[in-house]
Amino acid sequence: MALNSRVPEGPIKDKWTTYKDKINLVNPANKRHIDIIVVGTGLAGGSAAATLAELGYNVKAFAYQDSPRRAHSIAAQGGINAAKNYQGDGDSTYRLFYDTVKGGDYRSREANVYRLAEVSANIIDQCVAQGVPFARDYGGLLDNRSFGGVLVSRTFYAKGQTGQQLLLGAYSAMNRQIARGKIEMFNRHEMLDVVKIDGKARGIIARNLVTGEIERHSAHAVVIASGGYGNVYYLSTNAMGSNATAAWKIHKKGAYFANPCFTQIHPTCIPRSGDYQSKLTLMSESLRNDGRIWVPKNIEDAKAVQQRKLKPTDIAEENRDYFLERRYPAFGNLVPRDVASRAAKERCDAGYGVNATGEAVFLDFASAIERYGKEQAKIHNIENASAEKIYDLGKKIVEAKYGNLFQMYEKIVDEDPYKTPMMIYPATHYTMGGIWVDYNLMTTVDGLYCIGEANFSDHGANRLGASALMQGLADGYFVLPYTIGDYLSHEIRTGKIPTDTKEFDEAEKEVKDRIDFFINNKGKHSVDHFHKKLGKIMWDKCGMSRNEKGLKEAMAEIKALREEFWKEVNVPGSANEMNPELEKAGRVADFLELGELFAKDALERNESCGGHFREESVELDGEQKGEAKRNDKDYAYVAAWEYKGEPADAVLHKEQLEFKDIELKQRSYK
Amino acid sequence: MNLTLKIWRQKDSNTKGQMVDYKVTDISEHMSFLEMMDVLNEQLINKGEEPVAFDHDCREGICGMCSMYINGEAHGPDRGVTTCQLHMRMFKDGDTITIEPFRAKAFPVIKDLVVDRSAFERIQQAGGYISVNTSGNTQDANSIPISKHAADEAMDAATCIGCGACVATCKNSSAMLFVGAKVSQYALLPQGQIEAADRVRNMVAQMDLEGFGNCTNTGACEIECPKGISLDNIARMNRELMKASLS
Ligand SMILES: Cc1cc2nc3c(=O)[nH]c(=O)nc-3n(C[C@H](O)[C@H](O)[C@H](O)COP(=O)(O)OP(=O)(O)OC[C@H]3O[C@@H](n4cnc5c(N)ncnc54)[C@H](O)[C@@H]3O)c2cc1C
Ligand code: SF4
Ligand code: FES
Repeated sequence: MALNSRVPEGPIKDKWTTYKDKINLVNPANKRHIDIIVVGTGLAGGSAAATLAELGYNVKAFAYQDSPRRAHSIAAQGGINAAKNYQGDGDSTYRLFYDTVKGGDYRSREANVYRLAEVSANIIDQCVAQGVPFARDYGGLLDNRSFGGVLVSRTFYAKGQTGQQLLLGAYSAMNRQIARGKIEMFNRHEMLDVVKIDGKARGIIARNLVTGEIERHSAHAVVIASGGYGNVYYLSTNAMGSNATAAWKIHKKGAYFANPCFTQIHPTCIPRSGDYQSKLTLMSESLRNDGRIWVPKNIEDAKAVQQRKLKPTDIAEENRDYFLERRYPAFGNLVPRDVASRAAKERCDAGYGVNATGEAVFLDFASAIERYGKEQAKIHNIENASAEKIYDLGKKIVEAKYGNLFQMYEKIVDEDPYKTPMMIYPATHYTMGGIWVDYNLMTTVDGLYCIGEANFSDHGANRLGASALMQGLADGYFVLPYTIGDYLSHEIRTGKIPTDTKEFDEAEKEVKDRIDFFINNKGKHSVDHFHKKLGKIMWDKCGMSRNEKGLKEAMAEIKALREEFWKEVNVPGSANEMNPELEKAGRVADFLELGELFAKDALERNESCGGHFREESVELDGEQKGEAKRNDKDYAYVAAWEYKGEPADAVLHKEQLEFKDIELKQRSYK
Repeated sequence: MNLTLKIWRQKDSNTKGQMVDYKVTDISEHMSFLEMMDVLNEQLINKGEEPVAFDHDCREGICGMCSMYINGEAHGPDRGVTTCQLHMRMFKDGDTITIEPFRAKAFPVIKDLVVDRSAFERIQQAGGYISVNTSGNTQDANSIPISKHAADEAMDAATCIGCGACVATCKNSSAMLFVGAKVSQYALLPQGQIEAADRVRNMVAQMDLEGFGNCTNTGACEIECPKGISLDNIARMNRELMKASLS
């Protein structure tokens, strides 16, 4: 099947308006007879479910947690972008569009990104109307911060809990519709397959996670909003239950999977402390505004720090290597996430890491405390302030800005980051890759939509900070409700979709067979055993830097691990009860397939772009020597993979990317 | 360190439960409490026994899934943290730790340490929202200035994670702190005024219907709340309820 992105004709700034003017609408009386399934209640699914219900459709929403409010969007800290230009600093729809395309290293679809920038301002209006308590300034107007190396202040925030507050907003909108009976909410339910009838998505098979019952649900369209697949690495900043199952299942039923190798490794996370580690915690990117990143200059000092024989505060200024400031004088500690992560890895690989595992670098606030302290002393007319006084004054400012993060760090690491530098290390954080969708957010299966982090998204090969929340809410509140209506206008005469058909029988049987297999297998190893092994292969060979040899090995090793998993996995308990190990088994089985496709995609893309760094594709000389080298001539496309059985047999379809409104440039942060 | 764990085991909501003893060895002080539980479960699985079911997801104190009653305290001995943020350095070698689910009549046990908190959902559905549709035509976000103070206070109330520790810790199983937090968030903002009277009435009525107990001002909830939700929110809710009954 040839890929058709269905981007409307016309100048980029008119596309969305013209599109909305021309689409078919469903009249209110007919909406009452149309059912929509939404899998996922994060920012994307929650906002979509609420809006579709407000419009009058019957919505069935699904989440594996015990409440929509607990979807992983709740964990987002930093903020949400919108081109409001409240600060009058020259922001505009075009600038947000431009920053997003450039930040994504020119691997996203222009028309979609422009639309995202266009609706971004509406998101803030909508959220404020819902009662989201965004931060305000003393004049009572909304406050902004700047984020991730852009030149304007366009990030709206609610302390360090922006995702929580936005999700609670969407959740409240859902609650209103649940109370009206327009949303039927299925908490503690996991979608385990999609059902297709005559080529169209018509329902899902779900497991009730409390009773173990397998249920059939039908609808006129199905929306997948199940989040990202970062947990393919085992350790990530995602929630323990975050998974790829819904996305992978629809992939197996015909939805192409795009750019699986585009993942974001975030530079500022708390390092691993031992083999028992179950997840990694993000420290917000905003810390890099004031923290300076360094490792010891001398290898002897590094060794001594690793063995805890030397304290970081005892290392003199001239013996420290502020490696980001050294390598990237223009952007310093504020280089984009991918660049900062690789630089930290480079130092640690060379032996300069600063904790027992050798995988950590310092993030130091001492200079910031001193700088703010001196500033405060001036403001308050304190002459000849003592070092202690300056420290106290400075600490207050740092506390006001990052207090909750410092406290979180101290709770986990048991060290006071005001006194000794924090230790950080990169961790898997976000997946730009995902299910391929056209301009309508529809997958390659009719009537099957994918929104939020689960789709291949508007972020190209690298996502800018504070843009995922924006995309999730844009998709759910403002884009999908229009585009799905156009499709559903052809469904007004369809009538209720019955579930007692052979398509539902078959899908249900497949699901039940797999569950029975797990319960009866009684192998030698727990699910986690396999998940950890997969994570190690992914991290070592498909992590921050990748090469042909490693990727080929990864494909072979993942395949072998998958075969072992299907022989040796041990799932205790039974199918007809709450069984968390059984849930995990299904998810890891899917990761074991996705991981191989990931490696295959990374192997195929022999260029370095965004979060995807191929050692074979670097600048050989000049000022950029050793830096990532993108190859627009051969790789300016979206790689959309069609399922053909074994992941290694997947077939590549290319969506060529055209840049009409932005000139392609090499990113430079020197 | 080596520890003895006394854990509540219950097959499902219809079966009676009991405390069962387990031993775990070589627990590092750097582990989180739930990582210690992972070690126990791995051990049980390898022995062919059923692992302990417990709720958890984000493991960073924000989703509100985790819910253990540890040594007689909701979310355990540390302050200002959820169960998933509790670390083993709070315990010492040789300790015996009792681990139970969050108990309340309105929170029936589903399995082992997992409870059903859907009563909280129904309270929110009764009025925990502002009735505004998504149209793309709402007024500009800066058209209603809100004082920084009110916005910050609303934010403090809004940080409730819906974990239920306040209920589990209260001798009356009262949900006043949880409901007070939501009512306060909207009461403090101009957007919330129009439906204020109905909101507080409906949410409180639903709370009573769900079988949560009365508040006798013991203040235990505030102490155990991982997000520091203050008792002021209960007072504010009572005022709102008064206002509503006068209107
Ligand atoms: C720690 C952290 C901090 C972040 N900070 C920021 C930030 O400051 N700014 C920003 O823009 N972005 C941030 N991000 C990224 C952003 O939070 C996510 O990309 C975004 O919230 C994803 O939203 P979503 O709705 O697509 O998915 P999610 O919120 O992950 O929701 C997934 C939903 O799908 C459901 N689900 C999954 N599988 C199934 C299944 N099989 N059956 C039924 N239901 C299922 C889940 O129950 C859940 O409801 C952060 C991410 C993390 C991890
Ligand atoms: S008020 Fe506190 S203890 Fe109660 S549900 Fe909210 S966060 Fe949990
Ligand atoms: S697991 Fe999310 S708050 Fe503890």
